[in-house]
Amino acid sequence: MMILASSSFFSPRVMRHLLVALALVPVVSHAAGWDIDQLMRGLAQIRSDHASFVEKKFIAMLDKPVESSGELFYTAPDYLEKRTIKPKPESMILDHGTLVIERGRQKHELQLQDYPELAAFIDSIRGTLAGDRKALERNYRLTLDGTAEHWTLQLLPLNEKMQAMVKRIRIAGMRDAVRSIEITQSDGDSSVMLIQQLATP
Amino acid sequence: MQAPARRGRAAIARTSIVLWLAFILACGIIISRSRVTTDLSAFLPRSPTPAQQLLLEQIRDGLASRLILVGIEGADASTRASLSKQIASRLRADPAFVSVNNGEPVNAERDRAFLFDHRYLLSPAVTPARFSVSGLHAALSDSIDLLASPAGLLVKSLLPSDPTGEMVQLLEQLNSGARPKMVDGAWASRDGARALMLMQTRASGSDIDAQQRAMAAIREAFDTAPAATPAARLVMTGPGVFSVTSRDTIKSQVGRLAVISVAIIATLLLLVYRSFTALVLGFLPVISGALAGIAAVSLGFGVVHGITLGFGTALIGEAVDYSIYLFVQSEQGGSDQQTWIKRFWPTVRLGVLTSICGFASLLLSDFPGLAQLGLYSIAGLIAAATVTRFVLPHLLPTNFRIHDVSAIGLVLLHLVQRAAALRWAAAILVLAACAVLVLHRGSLWNDKISSLSPVSQADIALDESLRADMGAPDARYLVVVSGASRESVLRSSEQVSTILQTQVDQGELAGFETPSRYLPSIATQRARQASLPPPGVLETRLAQAVRGLPVRAQLFAPFLADVAAARRQPLLQAADLAHTSMAMAVDALLVRQGNHWSALLPLTAPKGAGINANRIRAALSTARATGLPDVLFVDMKAESDRLYSGYLHEAILLSLGGLLAIIVLLLSVLRSPMRVVRIIAPLAAAVITVTAGLAVFGQQLIILHLVGLLLVVAVGSNYALFFDRADHPPTKHLPPREGTMAKPQPIDHSISPRTLASMLFASLTTVAGFGLLSFSSVSILQAMGVTVAPGVILALIYSAIFARQANA
Repeated sequence: MMILASSSFFSPRVMRHLLVALALVPVVSHAAGWDIDQLMRGLAQIRSDHASFVEKKFIAMLDKPVESSGELFYTAPDYLEKRTIKPKPESMILDHGTLVIERGRQKHELQLQDYPELAAFIDSIRGTLAGDRKALERNYRLTLDGTAEHWTLQLLPLNEKMQAMVKRIRIAGMRDAVRSIEITQSDGDSSVMLIQQLATP
Repeated sequence: MQAPARRGRAAIARTSIVLWLAFILACGIIISRSRVTTDLSAFLPRSPTPAQQLLLEQIRDGLASRLILVGIEGADASTRASLSKQIASRLRADPAFVSVNNGEPVNAERDRAFLFDHRYLLSPAVTPARFSVSGLHAALSDSIDLLASPAGLLVKSLLPSDPTGEMVQLLEQLNSGARPKMVDGAWASRDGARALMLMQTRASGSDIDAQQRAMAAIREAFDTAPAATPAARLVMTGPGVFSVTSRDTIKSQVGRLAVISVAIIATLLLLVYRSFTALVLGFLPVISGALAGIAAVSLGFGVVHGITLGFGTALIGEAVDYSIYLFVQSEQGGSDQQTWIKRFWPTVRLGVLTSICGFASLLLSDFPGLAQLGLYSIAGLIAAATVTRFVLPHLLPTNFRIHDVSAIGLVLLHLVQRAAALRWAAAILVLAACAVLVLHRGSLWNDKISSLSPVSQADIALDESLRADMGAPDARYLVVVSGASRESVLRSSEQVSTILQTQVDQGELAGFETPSRYLPSIATQRARQASLPPPGVLETRLAQAVRGLPVRAQLFAPFLADVAAARRQPLLQAADLAHTSMAMAVDALLVRQGNHWSALLPLTAPKGAGINANRIRAALSTARATGLPDVLFVDMKAESDRLYSGYLHEAILLSLGGLLAIIVLLLSVLRSPMRVVRIIAPLAAAVITVTAGLAVFGQQLIILHLVGLLLVVAVGSNYALFFDRADHPPTKHLPPREGTMAKPQPIDHSISPRTLASMLFASLTTVAGFGLLSFSSVSILQAMGVTVAPGVILALIYSAIFARQANA
């Protein structure tokens, strides 16, 4: 019943859940006289992408990492889908600022603008894929290492609320392709997602 | 000899006037103590079945009746959202509101704590099997899978204390169902153009004063909010809001109608009488009738409905007829009123009796509103006629005279004598009307209860659009479970829930609500508690269960502690829900009436599809067979329409009964079937023609059209009787025997010009009174207006056309 709408849906717990949910993936890259702008330009050229992923989560309470895998779809500038196949099918779709998460029979839909921290988190990935430096710098301090061939972009959250959850996001790539996303949470747990490009649909 | 006679008459006059004044005074006292209501449930059934009774009470007082949906339109999205938050924060402090929802997570922490602390009592997954070694193993591996998913973070912190995932279970259960989207931190419509709020008042929806205050508080919070801007607009809807606007509409219209109709009738009479004295005196029976009507209704029903008052103003036009007959039909000159009493009173009296027979049938209606109209009319007409007969003649000044209307009468007489030429045309018209009725017989009546609502189409459209935005269940389908105690209805609800859940799994339903979800029965809570193994046992099982999983049993120490505590935990009571969002749901869904408890389980249809009522009913009937006797599947809309159409049929039967009573009355007084036919025929023709006219103009008949038709018969019978009287002067001739009718004797007193004029004026005042009602936006009043005004004119014309032509 609608009466209960506020009960759980907007709780901090669910917000965090969504946060994690967004360990999404990307794709893209570039070369030559090397700086963030050039990286961004190269990434921005990629209009759509399709990749497979394998994600490992290192959680302190578990003796070994948990692994999930599935596929990623991206269409510039703001459509992103993470479709997990194993261990349980579920999907997460970001489309024009609306986030839809489906797991089993549960389906959640929300507007990112209502969840600033979640929006910032998702924008770290979307912004990188879209080569949107402005969007990234709104929430993160950016550092670029390596070469056009093998680069690593590190994002450190500026905002305190974000810092309480996420310590660091490290995105590594080859030329215009994102190859891995490593997220370190403030409590020390971390996740690494490895991305393998598939034929663009 | 003359002197004592005059003295005697003077004594009678004094007595009559004193009695009359005393009567008026008594009526005044009763009226000053009576209460006026505009609650439209007076136009709802009075003695339905217990289940229907429950539904009606839900409509009047249930949670749904206490909801106010608010929309904020105009300005920009962020202004709308700020307004919503500012209004909400102000009204949350207002005790008149039980809750103010706009999507802000005000109860979130409390709700979460409640669910977490009671998870082993609330979760339907808690069974003995779940806490066996294999059950624990399965639950743990599910939870670890969940860690790998995007939802992982949610369960991560919960894992040590809730490895079986009961909290996730509960959250998923509560999250089912649609809800508005959020824009800038507050609910908004799907297209984002309107901010939405949902408020629940403490007062019930039928407490219209309280609803009006609540609306005023919302409006004030909107007007005085820091973000207030002229660009933003506030809209409100909901059952309470409808009641308030209906009352305002009825009140203002009844007041205005009364003033205008008195003004028109007074002007008309002044033009005819050219005498203020006559005008004032002519209104005395009317006022007496109105007072008597209100007093009678107040005594008979305890309350007087606003609609009855509105109807009463229209009846002015009819009650004034009696004094018109007296003034106009009397020969000029002082003592001629006595002559009138001798010559015309029997006819008028018969007319009054005819009207009473018609209205008496309404008294039997189960519709309190109709019964009120019936009582009002009977009391009003008797009082008006009695005052005209016994009081008014004594009040007339000795040289009382009104403007001579014989000239008009002569013109009318001329017309009437030629009216017979129209017989064929009239007959064809009536036949055509009959044909229309036969053609429209399927769609003649509107048996939707909404047809009685005074709420405008625009307001209904706004209500529908706000409801759709809110994703509110339309509450059309309900399962109602009844029992003698809270515990028994909760237990039955749990059984019904199992059946409904099967329907959800099969896709027949999108979901359903049940109070047992938030407040399980004591039996179920005990069973869940008993499913939890003792600490030692659980520890051993857990140690075995983690084998093969990437976790150590030691991690789950908080789980062992929580389960041990849950085994001794006091069972959940209704009071434990206080201040959570769940309390509102339980309040709404669990209803107590004395020793009778009911649980309401609203069903939500699958998206883009309806609910297959038969299928749900069948599923529930299998349950009934297995010992759930008091389970009722209710289609609210169909149910209320069925109630109303039952009423409508009752009213039609009663009206036919009234017609029969009129015929019997006329037969017993006139003792001539032919005369009765002659009197009834023009009335029937008028009724048929008006009904056909309404059908042609696409107006479906509601119950109040029927009342209008009764009025046409009541008023029209006077005309028909006057025309009839012309042939059969009651004082001079014995009623002719049957069989001699074919050859009437020529008579000197064919209908007199004066009588004709009086009938014309009488019908004009009636048309003025009721004609005004046709402009009312209250459908109930409008229905009577559009029926009576043309009906009365037609009755007069048909009476003239079909009258026996004395010297023709």
